[in-house]
Amino acid sequence: MTEAVPSYLSPTGQEIVFLLLGAVAVGSALLVVTTRQLVHAALWLVVSFGALAGGYLVLTAEFVAWVQVLIYVGAVVVLMLFGIMLTRAPIGRSADLDSGNRWVAAAVAVATAAVLVTVVIDGFRMAYAPLTPGPGAAKEIGASVFSTWVLPFEALSVLLLAALIGAIVLSRTDIPGGTPPEQTGGS
Amino acid sequence: MHIVYPAVVSALLFSVGVYGVLARRNTILVLMSVELMLNAVNLNLVAFDVWLGDRLHSGQVLTLFIIVIAAAEVGLGLAIVLALYRNRRTVDIDHLRDLSEPPAEDGEPLRRTAEPAAVGLPAATSTPGAGNGPRTDTEATSTEAVGSDVGSHAADPNAGDPEAAGPNGAAEPATGPVKRGGTL
Repeated sequence: MTEAVPSYLSPTGQEIVFLLLGAVAVGSALLVVTTRQLVHAALWLVVSFGALAGGYLVLTAEFVAWVQVLIYVGAVVVLMLFGIMLTRAPIGRSADLDSGNRWVAAAVAVATAAVLVTVVIDGFRMAYAPLTPGPGAAKEIGASVFSTWVLPFEALSVLLLAALIGAIVLSRTDIPGGTPPEQTGGS
Repeated sequence: MHIVYPAVVSALLFSVGVYGVLARRNTILVLMSVELMLNAVNLNLVAFDVWLGDRLHSGQVLTLFIIVIAAAEVGLGLAIVLALYRNRRTVDIDHLRDLSEPPAEDGEPLRRTAEPAAVGLPAATSTPGAGNGPRTDTEATSTEAVGSDVGSHAADPNAGDPEAAGPNGAAEPATGPVKRGGTL
């Protein structure tokens, strides 16, 4: 980490590809938080997550990239679309998606970005990592998960089960205790 | 690859997520912005794992764990949003103000010191009623209906005057199942 750092003025092909993917990710994330249509926000979220998965691929984290495509692009965005559908949100253009404090929010976000970018550039200006394929493949990650990280992995499976049961209990209406007061009076 | 590039991209994604959480009104859009912030953290973890060359792959394994936890969080969050929509018919954060401080709270001690307490009391009693929303209203009407039903039951064997039979007959079709449950 202390060896000579290559110049920023002659970027490699990997860096150019990563910067393009990062621009796509940040740009579509901006569209997610500024678009006037709810369904378009979910679809721009797909573009942002897909560009991030490409960034993981460039960073040689192949397994994380495919898990990102499977879970985020496949499952989370579909859940979001189900939520949009079940809350009967307006499909077309709606004017009241932004609250009244959006200029305060923009100021806070710009301040956060300024502080973070300044600190990160100042702190990691000399950091350089040569990219070698292999350490992010599924074989390596799988061996690491099932040897070193097996206890948090099992705890996480219990957490997923608890979250699943919690979501079922929250969304069902015929469980006593979650029923509205008129139905408990009637039965 | 310079580590600055993924770190800067992740910082920008995080601040975009901060803007979305603060500026959006729809709860599902706020959840999407939270997902953007979690993805910024994931990109940081992957980049620093590649930089440090950890033999245990801590960064990438923790990224997988964060992805799983984010999936659980979205599932629970959407269940909560759907329960909210069933009860309130809205998912607009600006209209969900039950847990907010009542606006007359901070101005009240000044008024109480300046004027007698009889002026400050109606304001203090009116603000929780206005902020509680429609759910306590339906609760109040349902208990009121049960109370009038019990009252008509108590008045029924006592006197058969037409004044007591009038509201009893009027309330009978509306509170039929309640009365049947009482006799069983």
